[in-house]
Amino acid sequence: MRLDCPWCGPRPVDEFVHGGDAGKRRPMAPDGQAGADEARAQRRAWLDYVYRRNNPAGRIAEFWHHSGGCGCWLVVERDTVSHEIARVRLADPEADRAVQARDPGRNEP
Amino acid sequence: MRYSLGALLRHAVAGHRHWPALLRRPEPRAAYDTVIIGGGGHGLATAYYLARNHAITDVAVLERGWLGGGNVGRNTTIIRSNYLLPENIRFYDHALRLWEGLSQELNYNLMVSQRGALVVFHTPAQRDAAVRRGNAMRLEGVDAVLLDRAGVLKLAPLIDGSPRARFPVLGGLFQPRGGSVRHDAVAWGFARAADRRGIDIIQNCEVTGFRIEKGRVRGVETVKGPIAARRAGIVVSGRSSQVTALAGLSLPIESHVLQCFVTEPVKPVLDTVVSFGAAHFSVVQSDRGGIVFNGDLDGYNSYAQRGNLHTVASVASAAVSFMPGLARLRLLRHWGGINDMTMDGSPIISRTPIEGLYFNGGWCYGGFKATPASGWTFAHLIATGEPHPLAAPFTLSRFETGCVIDESGTGPHPGRH
Ligand SMILES: Cc1cc2nc3c(=O)[nH]c(=O)nc-3n(C[C@H](O)[C@H](O)[C@H](O)COP(=O)(O)OP(=O)(O)OC[C@H]3O[C@@H](n4cnc5c(N)ncnc54)[C@H](O)[C@@H]3O)c2cc1C
Ligand SMILES: [Zn+2]
Repeated sequence: MRLDCPWCGPRPVDEFVHGGDAGKRRPMAPDGQAGADEARAQRRAWLDYVYRRNNPAGRIAEFWHHSGGCGCWLVVERDTVSHEIARVRLADPEADRAVQARDPGRNEP
Repeated sequence: MRYSLGALLRHAVAGHRHWPALLRRPEPRAAYDTVIIGGGGHGLATAYYLARNHAITDVAVLERGWLGGGNVGRNTTIIRSNYLLPENIRFYDHALRLWEGLSQELNYNLMVSQRGALVVFHTPAQRDAAVRRGNAMRLEGVDAVLLDRAGVLKLAPLIDGSPRARFPVLGGLFQPRGGSVRHDAVAWGFARAADRRGIDIIQNCEVTGFRIEKGRVRGVETVKGPIAARRAGIVVSGRSSQVTALAGLSLPIESHVLQCFVTEPVKPVLDTVVSFGAAHFSVVQSDRGGIVFNGDLDGYNSYAQRGNLHTVASVASAAVSFMPGLARLRLLRHWGGINDMTMDGSPIISRTPIEGLYFNGGWCYGGFKATPASGWTFAHLIATGEPHPLAAPFTLSRFETGCVIDESGTGPHPGRH
């Protein structure tokens, strides 16, 4: 498997560290002011964020860290059955826009 | 028919032409009391113990592929109960005690070989951890022996004990009752024993949906048509997330691939199970002579029953730095299996929010050794509706309550347990 890093180009997967599901959003920290219902909802949101995973057999968006290269965090869209890679972008949206502007054809199939 | 020396001689005289089939090949009936989804080691053991311990035989095991095609036939065959946390020690030692009498009970030769399991340590910190683990085991009445460097090298001379070894050997923690079991025979032994008690084992019968009414399970949809059932148990290892999703549930699980390797067969050189302390690497010599070993997970979610080359390279380098003699062997085969890795590295044997629907999974890459205890306690849960005391800590709700059982202390990172 090779990942096409926006800065470094195609590199073997052992230069990267897997960072897990990129589909999760960190909930707000509980503020201690919430009523009972709200507190329950907050607990459920944290349970979902920390522990529950969709674990799809197919397309997944996940974080990878190019630890053996530029050091950037990437979001990779990958098929977990065929290992086919559909898209790689920088996890930082602003930096990703900058790379896109430099090389608009990137990530087009 | 019972297998025995007499039967072997009789069939030998007749040129082995009249051995009866191991199993019936029934078509599914329209309804059962209980269906077990997944005919791996754990599903078949569950069916067997439902009949043996609870006299429940109106049961079908529904298997998507063929018996032995999943992880039960893909693992490294190692059994042991050398865990640190009491919940795990008790559970896995119950399994080890069941293994000890299982070939006789099932009348099927599982080739249970208690050749001992050795975990080597290479640093003073690892030695402290091994002493602590050994003491935890002995507190639970489980056998554990601390070996010094000479003891380790005497037990497994293949290990590089030279002063120039990349990871110097300081000693090891040895469990004499650990060992290995012929993995695919476990599927066939449990299947045959369950079949003889009247349980239908139905292969090529994928479950594609659930019938749920008012929060209660009523049956399943399969590629062979609908089957009504009062109770259903999901035991599908690497496919856990997909099958529970059919019932609208999501799990604290990710699926990862683990690779296993076997070399060409050689004369006996290793008569115990050995784990390296400096990297993930466990090795056992099969009775046929092949050196069988595994390393780390490939490191990312995967449903491909094959792995990537960088893992092959890192496992090979661990093998050769630990046991340099292995460098002279050629690999015969390597393959992968999909493991359902949980967020705390421990399994789940649990009720679900749907009445009559039970879940058994999250065995990570250590579930083969658990097979009989997993079946024993899951059958108890399905039959009585109450968790077996040994499996009570392994509920799905522990992630909500915070009572996680994190043996390695690595936190909610399933690929790192
Ligand atoms: C390479 C490798 C090495 C390992 N080494 C060890 C070891 O040395 N020691 C140890 O203790 N453990 C080991 N394990 C872990 C162990 O193999 C597993 O934890 C255990 O086998 C899983 O339980 P099982 O036998 O029931 O799984 P499986 O045999 O995988 O059974 C699950 C079954 O469910 C079926 N299924 C899936 N979806 C459906 C559906 N929709 N409908 C019907 N059926 C379905 C599958 O076809 C499969 O047959 C290893 C695993 C791997 C991959
Ligand atoms: Zn890079």
